[in-house]
Amino acid sequence: MNATNTETNGSSLISIRDLKVHFDMGGGGVFDKLLGAGSTRRVVKAVDGVSLEILKGETLGLVGESGCGKSTLGRAVLRLIEPTSGQIFYRDKDLSKLNSRDLREQRRNLQMIFQDPYASLNPRMTIGQIVGEPLDTFGLARGKDGERRVQELLETVGLSKRFIKRYPHEFSGGQRQRIGIARALAVDPDFIVADEPISALDVSIQAQIMNLLERLRREKNLTYLFISHDLRAVRHVSDRVAVMYLGKLVEVADAKTIYDEPLMPYTRALISAVPVPDPAVEASRQRIVLEGDVPSPINPPSGCRFHTRCPYAIDKCKEVVPELVEIKPNHFAACIRISPQQPDIETVAPNDAPGLRAL
Amino acid sequence: MTQKNGTLLEVNELRTYFNTDDGLVKAVDGISFQLHRGETLGIVGESGSGKSVTNLSILRLIPDPPGKIVSGEVLFNGEDILLLPSDAVRKIRGRRIAMIFQDPMTSLNPFMRISRQLMEMTELHLGHKRAQAYEHAIRMLETVGIPDARMRVDDYPHEFSGGMRQRVMIAMALSCHPELLIADEPTTALDVTIQAQILELIKKLKQDTGTSVILITHDLGVVAGMTDHVIVMYAGKIFEQARTRELFATPGNPYTKGLLRSVPDPTAEQGKLYQIPGLPPDVAHLKPGCPFAPRCERVEEICRQEFPPFVQLNADHFSLCHFAGDVFAESGGSSQAS
Repeated sequence: MNATNTETNGSSLISIRDLKVHFDMGGGGVFDKLLGAGSTRRVVKAVDGVSLEILKGETLGLVGESGCGKSTLGRAVLRLIEPTSGQIFYRDKDLSKLNSRDLREQRRNLQMIFQDPYASLNPRMTIGQIVGEPLDTFGLARGKDGERRVQELLETVGLSKRFIKRYPHEFSGGQRQRIGIARALAVDPDFIVADEPISALDVSIQAQIMNLLERLRREKNLTYLFISHDLRAVRHVSDRVAVMYLGKLVEVADAKTIYDEPLMPYTRALISAVPVPDPAVEASRQRIVLEGDVPSPINPPSGCRFHTRCPYAIDKCKEVVPELVEIKPNHFAACIRISPQQPDIETVAPNDAPGLRAL
Repeated sequence: MTQKNGTLLEVNELRTYFNTDDGLVKAVDGISFQLHRGETLGIVGESGSGKSVTNLSILRLIPDPPGKIVSGEVLFNGEDILLLPSDAVRKIRGRRIAMIFQDPMTSLNPFMRISRQLMEMTELHLGHKRAQAYEHAIRMLETVGIPDARMRVDDYPHEFSGGMRQRVMIAMALSCHPELLIADEPTTALDVTIQAQILELIKKLKQDTGTSVILITHDLGVVAGMTDHVIVMYAGKIFEQARTRELFATPGNPYTKGLLRSVPDPTAEQGKLYQIPGLPPDVAHLKPGCPFAPRCERVEEICRQEFPPFVQLNADHFSLCHFAGDVFAESGGSSQAS
């Protein structure tokens, strides 16, 4: 069974099918041959065949280490980066096939919040202009009407409407992130990609922004793709979580399950690496420390891409590319060493790969 | 209170001010603490709380102007660093007190081979000859877990990943066997899996060498796992200081309590996350009274008018709050007669 086939009911808002984003880094030319660098072009497979359903009204958390392709995936869903192949369905329209005019029309419903609140606001525009620009672009409100709408938006995100004539440099990181959120909300979207929206903020401000996003979701019936490397935050805000490693999804399940009973060795390692603010727990817990770094996505390892760092890897893992399989109800994992009959990798016999038999 | 011979570093009433266009910024305003040999001290705070300035002051690395260490003592092995001539301080820096910074890419020279940068340390401080320094550099890289150290020692920094660069920084910091290692947000720029590697490494090296560590971080989880004592800073002041276990179990300050509650706990189902309202204060324009008063949930009239006292709650537990005793009792703390 494949992740795409299970939830094609009406409740899915965004449906990603076998999405690939490859970046051509050049190489393989005459020069490279002369220098002995080989004749193959270097291609970064940032997103390499991802299929995922995002359900209406949910927050889907997307986690992974830097370089795993999570931001690229988030941007490709909105076509801020052009996908190499694959489809993105939004309300039965394939976004990947739209021409630029139709795509812009759809952008009204699909918005983004960026990581760096210092880089994502134009320093020469006032807050009123920044938040009001989308209203203008889509011809939603003008003049006095527009101004009133901007004031409403500022109040919605917890900023004073007196700020309308001020410039971004007058605000703190947390306030700027609120401005970015107000801008995304201006066009009344129903889907928002939030790319590391709290990573650049102080601890006490992170909690404020998470609560704000949660309140807005309830009030405005929003759906989020929440991208973060912070597993504590993802666990808190998400209904479901997708774990990504080197361009592929390796585990998808609801947030509680993925935390309490992760199936994949990689997910377990990620969770055990998160420090817990409790000295008693920290002193007693067994931490799985992964060896080495994330391998380069230019030459990803063969077979299962995690096999170079996986404590459970066997020879077969170097050969077979694991599929995302529904191991338990609504709990998907990509590992040949487990199967629906034998979901616990600890109890699988050494060198056995039950996942291969199920295929 | 504590045995003097066990104390490596003692900071007394340190004040570091900055003259800015915006007015006088009291980045560090009268803080005191002690660090014992072989212990790890965590300093937690949000941006602008003064945690980094504290440590730059210890090493006398404050740019002057605009900054100035206005008063205080920094006793390192009983000797006041603030009174030493600058060439004497230079002999302590890197040799006896080493520092690692948050961003390993900006702290390594991109034009110099790793070997050269490591050798510089021991040639300068330990009087190593070239060959000896080279071998020492390789040995240090092996100590911090760089695979194929001999092959990679002549690489440039850009050929290393972020985690590897931080390992190189640690190798460099430890190459002269310092008595004190100051790590300023050493893992903030790294992934959680790499962070776990680096923290384990610091722990192990500390055990092996007996180096004392000051760990500056905003992550309460990191503090919980790594430190013996914690200092919580806010607006240039120490708001609370205690043994790590006691601080987490029975905090005696509303700010610490708020910080602890605003970190999502992955093991528990919870609804709305607790949030400290408002923004960190502008240190250049502090009002009289407690700097945390505008954000505090148990604020009373006295908090807005009078600066709070630094109350002793237990042998090693202090809190800057008018109601420190009450807050401590509410967390379930009780002072033991010592």
